[in-house]
Amino acid sequence: MKIAVCVSIVPDSTTKVKIAPTGNEIDDTGVTYIINPYDEFAVEEAVQLKEMNGGEVTVISYGQDKSKEAIKKAYQMGADKGILIKSSAKHFDSNTVAGNLANVLKELSPDIILFGKQSIDFDGSIVPNMTAEILGYPSVNVVTKLEINGNEALAEREIEGGKEVVKISLPAIIGAQKGLNNPRYPNLKSIMASKSKPVEERQPAQESNNTEITEMKLPEAKGKGKIFTNGASDVPELVRLLREEAKII
Amino acid sequence: MDKILVFAETKNNEFKSSAFEALTTGYFLAGKLKSEFAVLSVSNADDTHLKSLGKFGAKDVFHVSLDELNSMSGKSDIKYSHSAFASVISNFAKANGYGIIIISGTSFGKEIAPSIAVKTGFSVVTDIVDLSGIESKTVRRPSYAGKCYTQVKINTDNFILTIRPNVFKASENPTESVIHKLEAGKLNISGNDFKSYVSEVVVSSGKLDVAEADIIVSGGRGLRGPEHFHLVEELAGVLGAATGASRAVVDAGWRPHGEQVGQTGKTVSPSLYVACGISGAIQHLAGMSSSKYIVAINKDKDAPIFQVADYGIVGDVFEILPALTNEIMKIKS
Repeated sequence: MKIAVCVSIVPDSTTKVKIAPTGNEIDDTGVTYIINPYDEFAVEEAVQLKEMNGGEVTVISYGQDKSKEAIKKAYQMGADKGILIKSSAKHFDSNTVAGNLANVLKELSPDIILFGKQSIDFDGSIVPNMTAEILGYPSVNVVTKLEINGNEALAEREIEGGKEVVKISLPAIIGAQKGLNNPRYPNLKSIMASKSKPVEERQPAQESNNTEITEMKLPEAKGKGKIFTNGASDVPELVRLLREEAKII
Repeated sequence: MDKILVFAETKNNEFKSSAFEALTTGYFLAGKLKSEFAVLSVSNADDTHLKSLGKFGAKDVFHVSLDELNSMSGKSDIKYSHSAFASVISNFAKANGYGIIIISGTSFGKEIAPSIAVKTGFSVVTDIVDLSGIESKTVRRPSYAGKCYTQVKINTDNFILTIRPNVFKASENPTESVIHKLEAGKLNISGNDFKSYVSEVVVSSGKLDVAEADIIVSGGRGLRGPEHFHLVEELAGVLGAATGASRAVVDAGWRPHGEQVGQTGKTVSPSLYVACGISGAIQHLAGMSSSKYIVAINKDKDAPIFQVADYGIVGDVFEILPALTNEIMKIKS
């Protein structure tokens, strides 16, 4: 089975966001970059599919040089090959990412392609389905369960207050949601081995700016709240405030 | 300026409240951009429901029968296909000169918007929370789960916007609406549009989802174990709220991941968010700090959650939660 996974690199979720002096990007100082957490579910699913069906897992990332770290993390989890479509751009729109990924994927022609459902930086949740549409493949995003039967797959997709059962023909793109599996912790041996494993570099075939970020801002700070310290005896006053001041209950 | 098309989402053949928000947005944009807007519904909604969209200012309501669309799939177990919806919207918009498409940022809207962008060649921006800069094609959306906001400039003539539910309040602008029936067979739908389709929709038994709830009661590690979450559920019960959870308790397996609020869970903005035994890790605060009112209950007075709280009680959740549930029950009865 030919399996591809697309990954990206994001600031760790514990990052306290500060805006850089340019005003349209975050201040990188002291920020730890990690593989996008949803991509870990995608990599784990890909490696499990390989373990069950045989084959090879190729990881692809579009972005700056530091994106290699995401590919290395996928190596540690069991991926076989990595391709970085290396861009020097700091901002790129979804169109650029999806277009470049589709280019490489077309050449690889995998049986199945996995993505994380969205990256936790810009939260666009556009790239998986956009890449699929460019390739003419069907796609399902926000998947919590996946079963492959020959050329078909059955996916469960999380929706508000429930789930959809989706029938899908392969090749297809699947966007992984938390719950799909439990990503493995790499052992020391695989961590060591990943260091020397090469990452193939490619040049972007296209870069567009259909949309661009002109400004980033922190949310306005809230005024100080009314905090009580007498435990359960403060409950009637809290309820009164919620009713009469906030008028919310 | 290009004409605006609003896709109105339905559930069980009735329009969702997010559809009314999308319509109100369409009405607002049409005014601001000196353009006009129309609505497209792909559903089995009856004419009474379709006609009711006039309440939100929709003069022209275009309707494609879902049964008719599904009949083109050749699948006996089809409920609907996201891909076929995307094709209907794209083909209709292109053929009739609509250059702006408004879609609710629901799970359905998020699934179809990227495909529509490719099919139409329009650009797409998701999760919009502010459209006041639309005349200069600038929109605002949260990033990093709400840790910051991003102003996005659209550089193409035509575009698709998904709007975050619960942000743009629906308001009535009554007008007389005309229903236009469209034949699915004339919308260039092909077999490729059914390479994936939904065969079943499973509803979690009577549970309100955090993404849609107006009030959320969330529990964290302070509850000390899954067996104590009935305290959170009971308070949620009397408030008519959804139950949420912190990442720590989801990772510990105490609660299902669908309840997780935060940067690697759901970003929510309800009217009221009650955080019980949640300290307020950065990634959790990111996901809920845009709630209108936040109530925090935590035994640690220095917990970061109190910094974003409008109201709070420092104390034991095991005493405060039952007292709060009782007090609210008293006033509701």
